[in-house]
Amino acid sequence: MNPVATPFFFYLLSTLAILGGVMVIVRRNAVHSAIALIVTLLSVAGLYLMLYAPFVAGVQIIVYAGGIMVLFLFVIMLVNIDRSMKERAFNKQWWIAIAAAVALGALFVSVFVKSKGLFPERGLPLAEESNTQQIGLYLYGNYMFAFEIASLLLLVAIIGAVVMAKKRI
Amino acid sequence: MLEYIKSYLGSNLTPGSAGNMLWAFVYIALIFLGLSVAVIAMNWLERKILAHMQVRLGPMRVGPHGLLQPVADALKLLLKEDIMPAEADKLVFWLAPLIVVLAAFAVFTVVPFGPTHAVTDMNIGILFMLGVSSLGVLGIVMAGWASNSHYPLIGALRSSAQMVSYEVAMGLAVVSAVLMTSMNAQGTGTLSMIGIVQAQQQQGVWFIFKFFPLGFMAMGIFAIAMVAETNRAPFDLPEAESELTAGFHTEYSGFRWSLFFLAEYSAMIAVSSIAVTLWLGGWLRPFPNLLGGPLWDLVFSLAPGLSFLALGAMAAFNTFRMPRHSFFRVQTVGLALFAVLLAMIGVLMLAPGVRERVQDIFWFCFKVAVFMYLYIWYRGTFPRYRFDQLMRVGWKVLLPAGLGVLILTAIVGVLV
Repeated sequence: MNPVATPFFFYLLSTLAILGGVMVIVRRNAVHSAIALIVTLLSVAGLYLMLYAPFVAGVQIIVYAGGIMVLFLFVIMLVNIDRSMKERAFNKQWWIAIAAAVALGALFVSVFVKSKGLFPERGLPLAEESNTQQIGLYLYGNYMFAFEIASLLLLVAIIGAVVMAKKRI
Repeated sequence: MLEYIKSYLGSNLTPGSAGNMLWAFVYIALIFLGLSVAVIAMNWLERKILAHMQVRLGPMRVGPHGLLQPVADALKLLLKEDIMPAEADKLVFWLAPLIVVLAAFAVFTVVPFGPTHAVTDMNIGILFMLGVSSLGVLGIVMAGWASNSHYPLIGALRSSAQMVSYEVAMGLAVVSAVLMTSMNAQGTGTLSMIGIVQAQQQQGVWFIFKFFPLGFMAMGIFAIAMVAETNRAPFDLPEAESELTAGFHTEYSGFRWSLFFLAEYSAMIAVSSIAVTLWLGGWLRPFPNLLGGPLWDLVFSLAPGLSFLALGAMAAFNTFRMPRHSFFRVQTVGLALFAVLLAMIGVLMLAPGVRERVQDIFWFCFKVAVFMYLYIWYRGTFPRYRFDQLMRVGWKVLLPAGLGVLILTAIVGVLV
């Protein structure tokens, strides 16, 4: 069977992701931005698939595209779009942002240039068949403690949000 | 070329895993065709069954017993003027029905109609189905917002809140079924749709009956959550006609509206096929243990052909009951032809080579059809929930019950 991870798909998906990301920040209409963000998230899910990580791709679709973005849209829909479109964008820190972006870009370029020495010639064996099982074993085996701490952190955040939003429980 | 076409027929893989593009396209086309026919049939059946539940006749005018009513409706929808509200967000308004339809149809790539009858078998099959079907809500929210009107916006808000709430309970129920697949010698489960059915075959029990009543409860939770997921009665608040005219698709008309209609029914079929795959043994025939052996295999493999013959007999019987009047001549001839067509399909399915191949597909579709009947039955019998009741059922009943079932399944699985 021919591999699906061809350069064509990589360039297609990354172009889509970058285009979506640019659209998120240039559109004045918040709902359009949210839709562009969905495009980005879905193309990143496609990139995960190309890296033979189907579980991460599936979770990306369920959690980000299906769950979080619905909540985003839910909130954005309640905002008066006409008024918010007339507001001046608050981009006073644009020069810091540009410096950060250039620094990050330089990091990426240097990693790309030096990649021959940094990374092993041959990648890890592709564990596509048992990818999900491996993730399960790692999450509930080696990294059990970190996993539980992360879920506890989320629980604290939920309780905090409820306490802040509701004065009288 | 011929070799390429033939090479797949000998293999016992899905076209996706065999890497055969041509057959994958053939399967996609067949599934698309079958789904469209199923939606048309559901349209007619829903009206007829609802009507008979309410002691009415339902559609009777177009074709014998209103059989051609869906065709007439489809024509009407296609010929209708396509209205776009002046203040609507054009792009999003145009995009929303497309997203809903894409999400509803894309999930069928992994639905296993038989051990080899699926477009492809992903090792994250169930995750893919849940994820992609949850993208449909994005389309609904976008439709409601882009219409720039009050009722659609309220409908979209309700829909998104409802879907996000019920997805949690749905996910927990699914996890408890996936947990059951791991109870084999190696102790590893699977997320692949075909793998889940094969696990039920290996363990010799449908998951609805495993660890009774745990599997049954998990399926119950899923069966309630899936009605809410597809915005159907009694959870059809996003399109509650008494309060919101038509909810999120109030401003849609003509072809765009029919896309929403198509998506709603194919989403219903999709979630029903998840339920069938996870708990009702997918393509497996009933009573494989109790009524095993070659004789019973033969008897059960005759079921598809016999049921088509029975349908044909029903049509033939009603042909003779048609009023003997020159007005009805065309309809009578049409019904007779329909009866002959059904009988011919039935005879074809009884042929020795064919009946072994189609019985998987038949049993799968039969089980899905039972769920579709349940959908109509709910709509005919239950009154609509109020929004706070809906949230209470979702968060305070289904979610704790789902968690409890999941934990108990894990405990029983470790003990057994």
